[in-house]
Amino acid sequence: MLLTEADLAALWVTLKLAGVVTAILLLLGTPLAWWLARSQMRYKFLIEAVVALPLVLPPTVLGFYLLIMLGPHGPVGGLMQMFGGQPLAFTFTGLVIGSVFYSLPFVVQPLQDAFTSVGGRLLETAATLGASPLDRFFTIAVPLAAPGFLTATVLGFAHTVGEFGVVLMIGGNIPGKTQVLSIAIYDHVETLEYGRAHLLSGGLLLMSFLLLVAVYGFNRRIKVAGL
Amino acid sequence: MMQVTKGVVLILSLLISTVSASAELYVAVASNFAGVMSAIAEQFEKQTGHQVRLVFGSTGKHYAQIQHGAPYDAFFAADDKRPILLEREGIALGGSRFTYAMGKLVLWSPEASLVDAQGKVLQIASFRYLAIANPRLAPYGRAAKQVLAFNGLWEKMQSRIVMGENIGQTYQFVKSGNAALGFVSYSQVLSQQGGVEGSMWMIPSEVYLPIVQQAVLIKDNTAARALLKFIQEKPAREMIEQYGYGLP
Amino acid sequence: MKSAADKIEARFVLQRGEFELDVSLSLPATGVIALYGPSGCGKTSLLRAIAGLEQCGNGFFSMRDTVWQDDQTFVLPHLRPFAYVFQETNLFPHLSVKRNLEYGYQRVPKSQRQVDFDEVVTLLGVEPLLARDTALLSGGERQRVAIARALLTSPQLLLMDEPLAALDHQSKLEITPYLERLHEELDIPVFYVSHSADEVARLADQLVLMKAGKVQAFGPIADMLTRVDLPLAHDDDAEAIIEAEVDSHDQAYQLTYLQLVGERFAVPYKDISPGSRVRLRIHARDVSITLARQSDTSILNIVPATVVELCGHGAAQVMVRLNVGHMTILSRITRKSAQALSLAPGKPVYAQVKSVALLT
Repeated sequence: MLLTEADLAALWVTLKLAGVVTAILLLLGTPLAWWLARSQMRYKFLIEAVVALPLVLPPTVLGFYLLIMLGPHGPVGGLMQMFGGQPLAFTFTGLVIGSVFYSLPFVVQPLQDAFTSVGGRLLETAATLGASPLDRFFTIAVPLAAPGFLTATVLGFAHTVGEFGVVLMIGGNIPGKTQVLSIAIYDHVETLEYGRAHLLSGGLLLMSFLLLVAVYGFNRRIKVAGL
Repeated sequence: MMQVTKGVVLILSLLISTVSASAELYVAVASNFAGVMSAIAEQFEKQTGHQVRLVFGSTGKHYAQIQHGAPYDAFFAADDKRPILLEREGIALGGSRFTYAMGKLVLWSPEASLVDAQGKVLQIASFRYLAIANPRLAPYGRAAKQVLAFNGLWEKMQSRIVMGENIGQTYQFVKSGNAALGFVSYSQVLSQQGGVEGSMWMIPSEVYLPIVQQAVLIKDNTAARALLKFIQEKPAREMIEQYGYGLP
Repeated sequence: MKSAADKIEARFVLQRGEFELDVSLSLPATGVIALYGPSGCGKTSLLRAIAGLEQCGNGFFSMRDTVWQDDQTFVLPHLRPFAYVFQETNLFPHLSVKRNLEYGYQRVPKSQRQVDFDEVVTLLGVEPLLARDTALLSGGERQRVAIARALLTSPQLLLMDEPLAALDHQSKLEITPYLERLHEELDIPVFYVSHSADEVARLADQLVLMKAGKVQAFGPIADMLTRVDLPLAHDDDAEAIIEAEVDSHDQAYQLTYLQLVGERFAVPYKDISPGSRVRLRIHARDVSITLARQSDTSILNIVPATVVELCGHGAAQVMVRLNVGHMTILSRITRKSAQALSLAPGKPVYAQVKSVALLT
């Protein structure tokens, strides 16, 4: 059984979404994770709690609030309209924004753990050797946190691929634009097309499994090598 | 020792008496029928002393669950397709299937003057998004597609259509303003006081195939039979109409 | 004479929970300055404050004419021209030994490099390790790499935080000669944190004695060790450090003769060229006192001395401070002997030294 054109389109949208979201999350998540790992600020835990929220919230809750926020009566949507912007719901950009929130902890937390384990001592040492803060970030923290970056990338990507609730709420299921794989699977199940659902689900399962195997295998090799 | 034995006997007898006096029913109900079904079940419980546990959800999911042995006594679907399938598969009780409500489709917007009483707004198309339920999944979506097709607008509307996975989500798209208007069920927009907020076109029932919501019995027991009978009697039928549904 | 421009001035007040560091120092900017005291006395905190790794609001630090910190200034650690050798070495695990060494070296502009890469590598004997992974080094090797890495930044001040404390005995023996060589060859001031009297005696020129976050006393090592108002002179291992000049060698008896205030001192043979200055350590318990020069004794090393002061040292013993030329040594004798000899300040005596350790 081959994939239909609609399924292929959904697959493409899914991979594009996951790729864009992962890239954005690495850009935003790295400084955030760095700050969380290094800051001595008293109320840091509040930010940590906010970052972790998507872990415990049903994604539909996040999607629901996004739907309201992005809508013309919501704060974000209202602002967008005031400045002549297009509404974000039912657009690929909207999905990206929703998914960035949703997958945030999956990128930030591994990075934060990795940066924490790099520890202050080596960074101080680099400072005594004349390395500026930015210099020691790139020459000490980033290389030593490499396994964390790999984990963050794969988890962020895989989690966005597997996302359902947020997309369900703000996607609008537009083929080729906002219809993603998980929604396509849902539709197949709902319409009793179990064969096609199996094909897509099995593929997704296999892909996720292989990604995770690759990450854990690689991280283990790094540990064994004593890096 | 005597004390313990006495206690056990007491608990056992209590359990048995509960079972015999009033039964506990598990009923799978289509989400769109949640409001009215809760009200009906309350009446039913008052009159019979039975306990009704309602489980709301998508008809597709309920169907799959029942297929795999979910312990429901009765199933109130959002269409007739799944009850028919269950009957054919020998899972539902033969001959128990009946239509308990007919869905009424409306084109609705929370904006006061957007939708006119003839639905001309669709021709003018001064909106960005039109929300409908996924026609492949939801009976209301299928009906919406028929309405658009009847007016020769299905192809033209493609770039404006956003789809909810079910009619509840479709309503959410419109209610939140992300889609300016949408095909939803009359029961969703009808308030308990009988009014409708915003503007609405009640679609004439000739332009779409009836949205038939059917129920079947999954397990044969007197309490479940009583519930199915109760729902076809006058007080319940009046409530169904009051909530914005048609009757067969 | 040192001018004011050759001084290190440090004043820090630092509160960390229960612990408070409150120090004020003015020291010549030369030689090895040992920060000495029990664990938890604030030695490391002081070192970190000097480095700028521990920020405190009202601190002051200047070396020669450069201010690193005052009320208006706080030069960030990476811009301060010092190098830091940590107790735990802190080698970068993701870099090879060579890349570790280059890390600091490459961050110094070429025009400001005072040291030659190969020279430092040779000085610390790390050449054979260059290609190695840091995880495969022994403790002593790690510390040598860490010291080399620090020196390669061409520092104007070297901060060393108990570089030997984490090492086993064998590694200590292995690395001590390198440290002594540094002492001879470096012309930059070194702050050296230690709680080992032996290390201090070997390496220090100046001693800063610390206790509970405060400086108890500071000054040249020889003075500090022999001041009877300080605890060092009352330790069982109380000792004095003096300097002497190598005179000649006696191959027949395997002895090296030293010149000390006109007297000849004999120590076990060590291959040092005549004319070199050497450090001697003399324990108080190894020094006895006579009023007349003894000739019928097994003790070879006898010098004329003057009693400076006596200090009660328990019920049975007294500590006697003796001047030998311009230097000071200690002698621990019984109170009974002190009375029998009528020892009093100003009295000329002879010090018989039973055992001398040549430190360099």
